[in-house]
Amino acid sequence: MAAHLKKRVYEEFTKVVQQQQHEDLSAKKLRLTKPSKSAALHVDLCKATSPADALQYLLQFARKPVEVESVEGVVRILLEHYYKENDASVRLKIASLLGLLSKTAGFSPDCIMDDAINTLQNEKSHQVLAQLLDTLLVIGTKLTENPSVRMRLVEVACKHLTDSSHGVRNKCLQLIGCLGPVEKGGAKEAESQAAKDVQKIIGDHFNDQDPRVRTAAIKAMLQLHERGLKLQQAIYSQACKLLADDYEQVRSAAVQLIWVLSQLYPESIVPIPSSNEEIRLVDDAFGKICHMVSDGSWVVRVQAAKLLGSMQQVSSHFLEQTLDKKLMSDLRRKRTAHERAKELYSSGEFSSGRKWGDDAPKEEIDTGAVNLIESGACGAFVHGLEDEMYEVRIAAVEALCMLAQSSPSFAEKCLDFLVDMFNDEIEEVRLQSIHTMRKISNNITLREDQLDTVLAVLEDSSRDIREALHELLCCTNVSTKEGIHLALVELLKNLTKYPTDRESIWKCLKFLGSRHPTLVLPLVPELLSTHPFFDTPEPDMDDPAYIAVLVLIFNAAKSCPTMPALFSDHTFRHYAYLRDSLSHLVPPLRLPGRKLVSSPVSPSIAPHEDPSQQFLHQSLERVYNLQHLDPQGIQELLEFTIRDLQRLGELQSELAGMADFTATYLQCQLLLIKALQEKLWNVAAPLYLKQNALASTAAKQILEETYKMEFMYSGVESRQVVIIHHMRLQAKALQLIVTARTTRGVEPLFGMCEKFLQEVDSFQRCFISELPHMQGSFVDKLLDLMPRLVTSKPSEVVKILQTTLRQSTFLHLPLPEQLHRATANIIEPTGESDNPLRFTSGLVVALDVDATLEHVQDPQGTVKVQVLYPDGQAQLIHPKPADFRNPGPGRHRLITQVYLSHTAWTEPCQIEVRLLLAYNSNRSKASAKIPKSTWNESLEALPQSENGIEGTIPFSKPVKVYIMPKPARR
Amino acid sequence: FPEMSYLLLFCVGAGAGQDVGRSCILLSIAGKNVMLDCGMHMGYNDDRRFPDFSYITQNGRLTDFLDCVIISHFHLDHCGALPYFSEMVGYDGPVYMTHPTKAICPILLEDYRKITVDKKGETNFFTSQMIKDCMKKVVAVHLHQTVQVDEELEIKAYYAGHVLGAAMFQIKVGCESVVYTGDYNMTPDRHLGAAWVDKCRPDLLITESTYATTIRDSKRCRERDFLKKVHETVERGGKVLIPVFALGRAQELCILLETFWERMNLKAPIYFSTGLTEKANHYYKLFITWTNQKIRKTFVQRNMFEFKHIKAFDRAFADNPGPMVVFATPGMLHAGQSLQIFRKWAGNEKNMVIMPGYCVQGTVGHKILSGQRKLEMEGRQILEVKMQVEYMSFSAHADAKGIMQLIRQAEPRNVLLVHGEAKKMEFLKQKIEQEFHVNCYMPANGETTTIFTNPSIPVDISLGLLKRETAIGLLPDAKKPKLMHGTLIMKDNSFRLVSPEQALKELGLAEHQLRFTCRVHIQDPRKEHETVLRVYNHLKGVLKDYSVQHLPDGSITVESILIQATAHSEDQGTKVLLVSWTYQDEELGSYLTSLLKKGLPQGTA
Repeated sequence: MAAHLKKRVYEEFTKVVQQQQHEDLSAKKLRLTKPSKSAALHVDLCKATSPADALQYLLQFARKPVEVESVEGVVRILLEHYYKENDASVRLKIASLLGLLSKTAGFSPDCIMDDAINTLQNEKSHQVLAQLLDTLLVIGTKLTENPSVRMRLVEVACKHLTDSSHGVRNKCLQLIGCLGPVEKGGAKEAESQAAKDVQKIIGDHFNDQDPRVRTAAIKAMLQLHERGLKLQQAIYSQACKLLADDYEQVRSAAVQLIWVLSQLYPESIVPIPSSNEEIRLVDDAFGKICHMVSDGSWVVRVQAAKLLGSMQQVSSHFLEQTLDKKLMSDLRRKRTAHERAKELYSSGEFSSGRKWGDDAPKEEIDTGAVNLIESGACGAFVHGLEDEMYEVRIAAVEALCMLAQSSPSFAEKCLDFLVDMFNDEIEEVRLQSIHTMRKISNNITLREDQLDTVLAVLEDSSRDIREALHELLCCTNVSTKEGIHLALVELLKNLTKYPTDRESIWKCLKFLGSRHPTLVLPLVPELLSTHPFFDTPEPDMDDPAYIAVLVLIFNAAKSCPTMPALFSDHTFRHYAYLRDSLSHLVPPLRLPGRKLVSSPVSPSIAPHEDPSQQFLHQSLERVYNLQHLDPQGIQELLEFTIRDLQRLGELQSELAGMADFTATYLQCQLLLIKALQEKLWNVAAPLYLKQNALASTAAKQILEETYKMEFMYSGVESRQVVIIHHMRLQAKALQLIVTARTTRGVEPLFGMCEKFLQEVDSFQRCFISELPHMQGSFVDKLLDLMPRLVTSKPSEVVKILQTTLRQSTFLHLPLPEQLHRATANIIEPTGESDNPLRFTSGLVVALDVDATLEHVQDPQGTVKVQVLYPDGQAQLIHPKPADFRNPGPGRHRLITQVYLSHTAWTEPCQIEVRLLLAYNSNRSKASAKIPKSTWNESLEALPQSENGIEGTIPFSKPVKVYIMPKPARR
Repeated sequence: FPEMSYLLLFCVGAGAGQDVGRSCILLSIAGKNVMLDCGMHMGYNDDRRFPDFSYITQNGRLTDFLDCVIISHFHLDHCGALPYFSEMVGYDGPVYMTHPTKAICPILLEDYRKITVDKKGETNFFTSQMIKDCMKKVVAVHLHQTVQVDEELEIKAYYAGHVLGAAMFQIKVGCESVVYTGDYNMTPDRHLGAAWVDKCRPDLLITESTYATTIRDSKRCRERDFLKKVHETVERGGKVLIPVFALGRAQELCILLETFWERMNLKAPIYFSTGLTEKANHYYKLFITWTNQKIRKTFVQRNMFEFKHIKAFDRAFADNPGPMVVFATPGMLHAGQSLQIFRKWAGNEKNMVIMPGYCVQGTVGHKILSGQRKLEMEGRQILEVKMQVEYMSFSAHADAKGIMQLIRQAEPRNVLLVHGEAKKMEFLKQKIEQEFHVNCYMPANGETTTIFTNPSIPVDISLGLLKRETAIGLLPDAKKPKLMHGTLIMKDNSFRLVSPEQALKELGLAEHQLRFTCRVHIQDPRKEHETVLRVYNHLKGVLKDYSVQHLPDGSITVESILIQATAHSEDQGTKVLLVSWTYQDEELGSYLTSLLKKGLPQGTA
């Protein structure tokens, strides 16, 4: 099926190329008629009787792209009409068109700048003015390297800053922000004088009467900062005043500005108003931003909460305040539930039933000392985490995470709050807080009561949450053996409730065991239910729960040599079984005096890896060295090596990618040799159909494999890409030869030869730097012969190719450091169900697909789901980007719904679901990117680059799903 | 022109004030009288339960005196006296409340009436018909909708959290405004959002202060504790009884348990006692726009109040084996279904009762909370309580921090505290005055507070004058007051600002020129023209933005101000500078004289 599909793809591919050539021709024709474009516009505009007409023409005109060469002409015509036009709306459109035109790639707008500035002079309409300034901004951003242009534009902007319309002032500030001089003390005195101090000009507008202008002023300031200007500290006090603005967008921007300043001048000292004290600026800013976490507008709250996370220079004293709300009740100091829980725990008492008045407040508070509002950072995160909008809560959790990562003591303190967030009403927030906890888990040790709350979440019905929690438990530090026991019990409970979590739970226990060997040790007898006197029944080996316990124990035993003494006989037997069947979960153990264990297994893994690596390299060396053996010998050697490599890949998961990769390469080579070695090549072609068939399938297969090699492995470097492309080139040459032999007539061959030579050419262009390493290879020889090839007839070309192909040596494939094969595993549907999925024909049914992807780069763009119906109909589904989750580096999880539909069937039947990896050969060459046009989306027939081959590689085992579309009932 | 002062008169009717109980506030703002809430006291069974409406007017109809009544939310201590007030005392004016309040209020009133009349057998109480008639007078308002009560009085509702449909009201007459909060909650809970008010800068903010001296812990701990308790009990096969009041917290706890059940995939049944709550749940389903973000966003998939796991309770279910959770009314275990169930389950230590609120002394709830394990029931029966007793406080009032936060949001000029205990309010008052520098009041029951405001008075200005005046000087700036020259004409209760010429023309008066002259003595031994030159240079240096001219006749003009110098008749060393300006240039003229009086700097020769 796949081969069939491939075939179609390639067929289509060839067609597309032909079409492209055709289109290229027509495009050339179009270019000839180009000068008439501006003229046509001119005619159109002159024809226009009313402003509405003119506007229509302009709108139509804007839909079509304009070539670089004719932009200037068009601009002149537009300007001419601009001066003539009385209607403001038409002038506005012209102004916007000017901006759009000057964006055209390759066009340098400095020639129209003067005209654009001139138009500003007599313009009365504020809207048109604003649009013209916008156009100037576009021009300015295209000419950023020219300081005098920028200076001039800034001057123009300053002049219009006094305009009464907010729109104009807005644009002026934007212009100043984007183009204002950044370098201090510029080259020429006179000019820097003229430009004055941009910061001051912008700063003056912080108090503008219009909130939009105030916002624009702050944004302009931020823009200046982004462009590298060091903002003055004096702005800080101004910005602080803006925090109390009436308008949310102003406040939101002001918070950003304050944050920027706090990063610029963290250590300078600012006075606290109302008192004589002074504090560091970063602390002051931190307090102010914390204050904004309880702002009236949630946009500002989100902004503030986000920024808090990146203020790492803040002193710990302030930081810790954010978690302390200073509770009180009836004016008496009260302890938080967290403090009480901690105390309860440290006093050694366990669960006390909550009594009424348990939380009764203790000491009296001095009324004067209580600060209800101005306590700055006080309780900012408590508020943020309790916010009504989940956006704010997520931002707060993220901020907590970032701060906790840089401060272990803060991490310890915020633990309680994060644990609380595990109970949030929105799943995203819960998930986020679990992830956060995982990220800071190096800095923390969970108390038992906290662990208890964490473990309670294991019963969550959402799979994401549970798996995130397993991940968290993998890297958590637990303090007591009770904690371990508790965790195990809860995990087992989880296992019985959700059996599908098996793998994830085992993995979790593996880490839990290896992290806490000493805590597991005292639990072993209880866990294995061994008894000092009596023999206990042997547990069922297939019980997932029992396996889970064993995984925990064996992993703990790895670094605890005394543990095996506690095992009973059957435990050792189970060990041997599990070591074989679940080798990724059960580590090698040194078990004393046991015959069952193969003795040479050393406890450390490091020396274990080396031999296999060596083996890999040795076998490769062998292949590469034996170049001049007789063909038969080469073939055999290759076959053996391929077999060895494949087996190695199965045994050693770390080397699987490497081994597969090389095996594929050798396979390609083998195919090539096989296709070429036949003596029958010399016989007249049409007689040996079988030979041709073999060669053409070989070529096709090699092509397929090269695409797999290029796109299915992560970590492939350019050195490998060259070899892969080279192999592909050989395959194409082979294809050409075969076609030449099978087709009659020369006509089609012309095109093919030309195409092949083009490909050689582009290969040379792309990999020019790598060519020296390819001595004696096919392409090396081919390039030597290139002048001859270009001039000779197709039949001759074919002959040359054939000999070069056969004479060329095959290239050594260097191996990169890390190589991983992209794999996918469909977890759901399992394909085991005998109950067909019934639905009414014509309607759709949603099929839940759950799959894990490993080592896939950019899965959002490349992974597709394919559904094959029994009638051969295939459906390709692009999952939404949001359906991909990223649980860890290099791993992705696809959880999506596939909609199926079909006409009625008489019997239930199976459909196949599989995952495909889409590729586009352009992707590998960043240089060959098509410049995206700035014009409207209506760019008809985007010219495809010649080698833009798109295709898909199936990379998961297909899963069968039983479905049954019923006829609709009337 | 004298400063105007407007009078706001507060007549704090029986209730509200420094007391938790009835809320009823009379507000008189710029000649309009508004009644805020019309609550009753649950603790009394006699006349004291309703506010004393004779306060308002001794003689004459209430309708003539009151412009409108505003009800903030459906709790009986805020709306319980409404039928009595409108039907029995007699008020026919408009009553404003939000849509959910209007829907739920009559249910509660009817329930209250039934208990008082049917159960306790009281007479002289309002009837069902009266409740219906009363509700006909109600005008429902939407959030943030400005309702024009009459030409001058307008009201606007803001979201208040607390219970479904609770609102804060802004009452505005002309440029004077008052915000009345009713009860509100600044921290969101499982079914309602947080109170929010824009920066409306009212002259007065009337806020509740139930938790004036409390800063509360995060809600999450309490929720988590609650869920853990319930979960543990259910897991070991016990039954959980949660006595609740029909509305408000009950819904919150339901949502909490429902989502938890959903999340944890639990199977034990949850029951809700029928009757009142069922009806109320129906309204919660309808008014999801009034609930919090989560419920509002997910209702398209599923309305959160359409409970999957929570079913209606039947009396027979109480004897069913196996774990279950039951919400039952009333909340203090003093009667009814909750007490019946309690008696059945009290003997088993596997079971649990969770009290989610405060219990009045004397009720069974209060007894078990204070640790009593043997209860004497009617008929000399002794009930031994073996089940676990838990207390969880879920309150929906703003704490001290919340109150301060609201004040910060609204930025009022004065604050008035109601609905709280005097001692606690004292503390909060002090804090408010200290931190916001605004006046804060806390009137007692029946006390009137008068607040003087500084109203801004709108004046019409002719466009010509405005344009002319703005053209002079810098750009207009909203934050700074701007000086304008013009003539204010007060005629027929309207104010107009016109140019002096126009005013003269309108009033038929002739224009008089008013000129000030002033002599300034300067010690300068030099010749007159040299002195003049020095003065000229000095002024030129100082007044950069003005046109300073040296005229050929030896005088200096600054804009239209004339300065001449003559030698003093007696002392030649002293020069007399004559400064003369018209009335219009008063500002500049007086500045110039004061500048010249300081003398000339020595360096200018």
